[in-house]
Amino acid sequence: MTAALLSLPLLIPLTAAAACAAMWARPRAQAGVCLGAALATLAASVALTAQVLRLGPIAAQAGAWPAPFGITLVADTLSCVMLLINSGVLAAAALHGLGSVDRPRASGGHHALTLTLAAGVSGAFLTGDIFNMYVWYEVMLLSSFVLVTLGSTRRQLEGGLAYLTLNLIASGLFLAGVGVLYGLTGTVNMADLALKLPAADRPQLVTAVGAVILTAFAIKAAAAPLYFWLPASYDTCPPVVAALMAGVLSKVGVYSIIRASSLFLGQEAAVFQWLLALSGLTMVLGVFGAAVAVEIRRVLAFHSVSQIGYMLMGFAVAMLAARTRPESQPVAELALAGAILFMVHHAAVKTNLFLISGVVLRARGTTRLAQLGGLCHTHPLTAGLFFVTAMSLAGVPLLSGFIAKLALVRAGVQAGQDAIVAVSLFVSLLTLYSMSKVWDQAFWKAPAAPPTKRMHFSGDPATADRDTALMLVPIGLLAGLALLIGLWPSPALDLCRRAAQEVLRPALYVGTVLGQDPTTEPAQAPTPPEEPL
Amino acid sequence: MTWALALLVGALYSAGLFLALRRSATKIVIGLALVSHGANLLIFTAAGLVRGLVPIAPLGSDSPPPGAPDPLPPALILTAIVISFAVTVFSIVLVKRLAQQAGTDDPRLIGSHDA
Repeated sequence: MTAALLSLPLLIPLTAAAACAAMWARPRAQAGVCLGAALATLAASVALTAQVLRLGPIAAQAGAWPAPFGITLVADTLSCVMLLINSGVLAAAALHGLGSVDRPRASGGHHALTLTLAAGVSGAFLTGDIFNMYVWYEVMLLSSFVLVTLGSTRRQLEGGLAYLTLNLIASGLFLAGVGVLYGLTGTVNMADLALKLPAADRPQLVTAVGAVILTAFAIKAAAAPLYFWLPASYDTCPPVVAALMAGVLSKVGVYSIIRASSLFLGQEAAVFQWLLALSGLTMVLGVFGAAVAVEIRRVLAFHSVSQIGYMLMGFAVAMLAARTRPESQPVAELALAGAILFMVHHAAVKTNLFLISGVVLRARGTTRLAQLGGLCHTHPLTAGLFFVTAMSLAGVPLLSGFIAKLALVRAGVQAGQDAIVAVSLFVSLLTLYSMSKVWDQAFWKAPAAPPTKRMHFSGDPATADRDTALMLVPIGLLAGLALLIGLWPSPALDLCRRAAQEVLRPALYVGTVLGQDPTTEPAQAPTPPEEPL
Repeated sequence: MTWALALLVGALYSAGLFLALRRSATKIVIGLALVSHGANLLIFTAAGLVRGLVPIAPLGSDSPPPGAPDPLPPALILTAIVISFAVTVFSIVLVKRLAQQAGTDDPRLIGSHDA
């Protein structure tokens, strides 16, 4: 039962992708399969989360190989939150795709690749084995390479080249790091590494391999200074693909940083000083890029970089507090819970903003700010949803961004990290500036010149109204989610706080993976009512 | 032998990164392939080199001979080789399409969209 539940978020999208491949000539049917699989994955992730909240972290051993030797699938609360993000974004993108993915793109395999992308992301969130994580990374990367370049316009190929080059170098670093870790400890199981790496006999090599692997993850997360692939590729691909990638892809990097350095890589507090400095740099450079960009999707892409900085900031503050002053555990929990809530918030909001840019692109054939205007009058509903979502990104009260930023700022002040708090507030202000720039230029000002040319993926004019309505459904739902988290934050905050508590006590994760006879499934939670499954 | 392989890994990484910085998309792809070869050889070397023994249990015994090399790193490398093969094939097609559309494989000349 546990094993089945753990593998469902992987198996559903993979099976559905295979089904899509079997229906290669029927793009509409593929879109339906994609949506069905996305909703089923969401349901499976919710069921898994309920199970983990009831029983504590659970693990399953692939092929019943005992723990450090086989591949372990493990879900703690953090993995569950990330799976919910992944399947939620997938469902939103699948729903939006019903209206926004045109026939040539669908025939090129858009729906199947969306599903393999989601499977790769689920795999990276669920695996307890660092080499297996590398494999899921590649599944996810190859799917995203094709999704980004499908259509083969010159701009797409050019963005694809930048994306591919930096990410493959990161993969090379990651793989090398895994190899050295195995050479040092004789294991690639992350829980086992947590036990064996501190006892490794060459501490200088441990530091070096930590630097290599964290650099690889930072490139994948699009942290400064190696984030250039992200703005190069996100603004050239169709908005629905950018939404998927902004929603989940760079968060896989952040998740990996959290998982790896809380378990085994972050043995020296200096690692987190570096991470804190990089998070500030990421926030500032990203938001500067967004402030000068003049195209909606480019503004959003640079903001994605900037927001990664907030997530890393929360994690670095948490680990510094936990490592340097053991009595400041509640502060560490708040900071990490803030970072995790920020990921949830960012997934909902940034995905939504990219989906809205898809509606704008459909309506006007461009997303360049200078050529837009007047959308407030022609598309009042879209404009309203954009306003809510954009204000949430900037962190205006009553919306999700405010709650996440409040948690981060409070924890930062309590931990005595005033400098990074000041930077984050300054960046928030610039975020508000560039969001108001988009609002003013695209929605508020008098319309500029009439639409120039329709982009190649803007679809069939005959069904335009129905398609736009379909595209607005997920946008409305995600905007509602941002509002819900803002108005009633305690359930989401409690979930994130629980995830943070588990991450800060790695013994629980290690015990779940290694601690008991792997053939009997249910794990020992802190205070579980032991139930037969 | 370890030192020779270590030098080779270093040479592959430096040549790969050098090529990845060149102004030719074709050379970038070759560089990326070299980086992945370097990573594979690094795994092989880091796991420890053993001469003349294979990790196969002789007939009638249920464990390989003492001192035999660890069979896991080659399995990891095999997986990584298959992945890097797929990725390299994709990159070559990408560069070919790019060169067809832009008439050049120089990323500076292809580059057209800033701001």
